[in-house]
Amino acid sequence: MSSMAFLKRSPWILHYDASSCNGCDIEVLACLTPLYDIERFGIINTGNPKHADILLITGGINEQNRPVVKNLYEQMPEPKVVVAIGACAATGGIFRECYNITGGVDKVIPVDVYVPGCAARPEQIIDGVVTALGILEEKRMKMTGEATRPAAGVGEER
Amino acid sequence: MNWLWLIGAVLFLVLAPVAGGLIAGIDRKITARMQGRVGPPILQPFYDVGKLFEKERVVVTTAQNFYVLAYLVFIALSGAIFFAGGDLLLTVFAFTLAHVFLVLGAYAVHSPYSHIGAERELIQVMAYEPMIILVVVGFYMVTGSFFVDAIAAATVPAIAYLPGVFIGFAAILTIKLRKSPFDISTSHHAHQEIVKGITTEFSGSTLAQIEIAHWYENIFLLGLVYLFFAWNPVIAIIAVAVTYVAEIYIDNVTARVRWQAALKSGWLAAALGIANLAILSYMMIGGA
Repeated sequence: MSSMAFLKRSPWILHYDASSCNGCDIEVLACLTPLYDIERFGIINTGNPKHADILLITGGINEQNRPVVKNLYEQMPEPKVVVAIGACAATGGIFRECYNITGGVDKVIPVDVYVPGCAARPEQIIDGVVTALGILEEKRMKMTGEATRPAAGVGEER
Repeated sequence: MNWLWLIGAVLFLVLAPVAGGLIAGIDRKITARMQGRVGPPILQPFYDVGKLFEKERVVVTTAQNFYVLAYLVFIALSGAIFFAGGDLLLTVFAFTLAHVFLVLGAYAVHSPYSHIGAERELIQVMAYEPMIILVVVGFYMVTGSFFVDAIAAATVPAIAYLPGVFIGFAAILTIKLRKSPFDISTSHHAHQEIVKGITTEFSGSTLAQIEIAHWYENIFLLGLVYLFFAWNPVIAIIAVAVTYVAEIYIDNVTARVRWQAALKSGWLAAALGIANLAILSYMMIGGA
């Protein structure tokens, strides 16, 4: 007997600015405004990793925030997904050659979806989150031992 | 033997989570419309709670789950006593005890955020407790009974004798519904000042239990609003709806205050209640 899969209908987001220039962060927050209103889909921006299902990270990883990102990820209860937003979160972007930058978010924690752009547009971010929902659902089914479906396409797994 | 009280209690235990969840959904929809947004589906609170039960159980201390369960049980119990037509004083004491368990649950975890939330919850309890007792005293003075069934059956309009008590109660209702400007320990609005206040360290099914307890709590509080207008059920239901929408409006037009202001407001409400009761007792001695 499969459970009802409420997860897709109520994804709560944790937003962390690793070392972003704030460009992508503003676009993430734009998704919450009346224009895009992602609460339509039950998406809530929570400030608490223990309540979150999706971790949105903007900016590349540097030596100072490496333990923070790892800590936030580990505090989130399973099932969880990570969405790296913007060029910096994907690869380190234009800052990748800097002495203190380790690189993209995937150097520290597994990333499920990469949203490209500098800065990423709100539409792209919403698309990335929707893609992440498919992966989240797969992870939930793996967790509960239900039969897994074929991968949901667009999103890159780990 | 009259078994009617049992029906009231069972109906509350079964239907209150459904009604409470629906009201929470309508609340979020109205809030969204007030902000010029479309808002989530009406059933969103049920999706949220269903989701929380699907998540991994992350437990910091096993004691925290025990306390949260006690919170849920005592909230449900206080509501059940109320809807069974029982003693209003007993209802209020069980209600307070429930919140003590929630505070203990938050203190059981060694997290500064959780502790600040717990402290603020205690301040909220201090702020609303005098007023909620005055409501009970007021009903006794008007109807001559502490029993909910007697108060509900009274033919006198309690609101006509207790307007100050009602306004005071409406003020602390804002605290109890966890709405701005008094949502200092935790709030419905997702992004919190201090992580998530009292619920910071609760996740998954434990958080879901807190949410369900809150639904029970809201139905009980709206029942208390109903009692003020109980002489006419139609007016009473309209009054409950108007009060709730007014609370949503206040939530959306005010910013969160500091704990000092919350405490002062709660006691100012109590002062208003006491003034109302003093005038009432003077009139009762003089008039009758």
